[in-house]
Amino acid sequence: MRSRLVADWGWPLFVFVALAFVPKLNVSIPKLFDQPISSPGTLALLSACLLFGGLALTYDLQFGFTGLLSFGHALYIAVGVYLSNIAITDWHWSFWPSILFTMGVAFLLAAVLGSISLRVGGIAFAMVTLAFAQAGAVLALKDPHHWTHGEEGLGADYTKLPKAFVGILNTKNLYWLALAFCAVVFFVVRWAVDSSPGRLWQAIRENEQRVEVLGLRPRAYKLQSFVLSSTLAAAGGIVYMLLYNGSTLVVTQPNFTLMLLLMVVIGGAGSRWGAVLGGILYTYLNDRLIAIGSSSTVNDLPHALRTPIEQPLFLLGVIFILIVVFLPGGLAGLVVRGRTSGLRRIEAAVRPEVDAA
Amino acid sequence: MSTFVLLTITGLGLGAMYFLIASGLSLIYGLMGVLNFAHGAFITVGSYGTWWTSEHVFGGVHSTLLRFLLSALLGLAFGGIFAALVELVLIRPLYARHIEQVLVTVGLQLAFVALVTGIWGPDAKTFVVPVWLHATTDVGGAHIPNDRWIEIAAAAAVLALLQLFLRKTRYGLIIRAGVENRAMVQALGIDVRKAFTLVFAIGGIAAAIAGVLSGVYFNVVAPDQGTSLLIFAFIVVVIGGLGSIGGSALAAVVVGLTQQYTNYYGSAGVGDMIVVLLLALVLLARPRGFAGAVTGARA
Repeated sequence: MRSRLVADWGWPLFVFVALAFVPKLNVSIPKLFDQPISSPGTLALLSACLLFGGLALTYDLQFGFTGLLSFGHALYIAVGVYLSNIAITDWHWSFWPSILFTMGVAFLLAAVLGSISLRVGGIAFAMVTLAFAQAGAVLALKDPHHWTHGEEGLGADYTKLPKAFVGILNTKNLYWLALAFCAVVFFVVRWAVDSSPGRLWQAIRENEQRVEVLGLRPRAYKLQSFVLSSTLAAAGGIVYMLLYNGSTLVVTQPNFTLMLLLMVVIGGAGSRWGAVLGGILYTYLNDRLIAIGSSSTVNDLPHALRTPIEQPLFLLGVIFILIVVFLPGGLAGLVVRGRTSGLRRIEAAVRPEVDAA
Repeated sequence: MSTFVLLTITGLGLGAMYFLIASGLSLIYGLMGVLNFAHGAFITVGSYGTWWTSEHVFGGVHSTLLRFLLSALLGLAFGGIFAALVELVLIRPLYARHIEQVLVTVGLQLAFVALVTGIWGPDAKTFVVPVWLHATTDVGGAHIPNDRWIEIAAAAAVLALLQLFLRKTRYGLIIRAGVENRAMVQALGIDVRKAFTLVFAIGGIAAAIAGVLSGVYFNVVAPDQGTSLLIFAFIVVVIGGLGSIGGSALAAVVVGLTQQYTNYYGSAGVGDMIVVLLLALVLLARPRGFAGAVTGARA
């Protein structure tokens, strides 16, 4: 029992506390980062890595732990990114009421859209969530009330934001914010999947019919997981807004959800460390590959070789395909050997009814 | 009145493109249970294949009509071959592992758009088409751009050919039976895998037609043009009932018309919202879509 406590809570706590000291490190790691660790540029990259680590884990909660393949997770992140900013910048609300309002709306929206989409299962669920997210993307683009400013994006009114999160000198505070978000998501997910509803989520993932036979209603439990995951995602959206000083349409695009899916699968679906690691690695590679792509060594390469390197998404997409085919447990599957891991466990949840019957 | 006619024909033209994409998606899903995200890549293969051959292979052909037809024909062939290769190389090894098949197509779609962007740049390319396509014909006082007729005719032809193929040929029979109950078809000793490659090739050609027609419709081709069409095609497939060609055709017309009418009579973007609302309503009333009776029998 004690060793379990240490493995589940002790080690993660230790890692997160250790990461909190990173902004104090005044060292350079030449190949990995262009600038010293404590410089604002490197800290901003690390903050983004941690933020996406947390966001990937919110996605893994419904995908890897509950077997819900959603293509619309970006909608709830976008609610966090946009609504908090709209309340602050367009409506001139003060900071904390805007945050509370945003979280409330995200919760309600997830509850309503979740109960509609969960009327269908498997692949149809994926398409319906995609459609709802698309509606949100169109709304943000067309901007009927002049709130989101469409393609221009909406810069945050920095006078309304807490002073600690404004300005380049405060990059380390934003780093701690991103770290805190990642840690909170980690421990909430840890607690949730170990609770008795959480065990049912995993049971539903493995065999939904069997849960039904036990006299339980899977849909209600799936909705819990969906709402928790979406609300956490909206909180991540607020962190995103603070990190990037505003809101742009990127977060509303279907590709944003697909990116989270790539992160989770690369790291290992259904694994907390895997999802966080996948988010961190993906964000880091995406940033560094662009830097390498524009470097002089690559510019001297022939066109045919240069093209794939200049497009990080091409390389990451290929890595993703290779992982799906050869390593369905993701990076986490390398460590946890000997049992079915990752995608194999989700299989039953998205299998079409033809075969399940 | 003339505006109404114009909106109707344009809506049907849009619905035609949705149908061309949705028919393949629906057949592939019905038979194999794969939600094929790579359909977006098939659209891009069609549009870029046509554009590239038109520029580099048939650049010397004087008649624009001949040049367009020849390059479009090659574009469709590329679409079909590419789709069949995707099935053989990526989907087949993952047989009966649906989640992995879906994820592979997602990865392929993302990587492919990135590759096309890398090679030919993110900017849209102008598309050389016969002048006649951009002229208008008067119907009931409305000036209808001629390309709309081509879109509708192409979709109608594909619908007719598909129905003919599914009803009258041996392979059509296998596909229909496979959609109904794949395990039973296999139990009868029929190699259903050939049918898999076949539906991918058919879906690839239909999507490539949509790619070429979207190039004509928008006058340009761009790497991510397929993506937004694909999302509405997904909606059409769900509304129509997964696995049903007739349902897809009906849903495509409904979605295309609804979008056009509401985008014009309401404010911009309302049409897209209404379509999503329609999807939600259909799901609440009939979780299996228009053609629910057919697919419902499978559960």
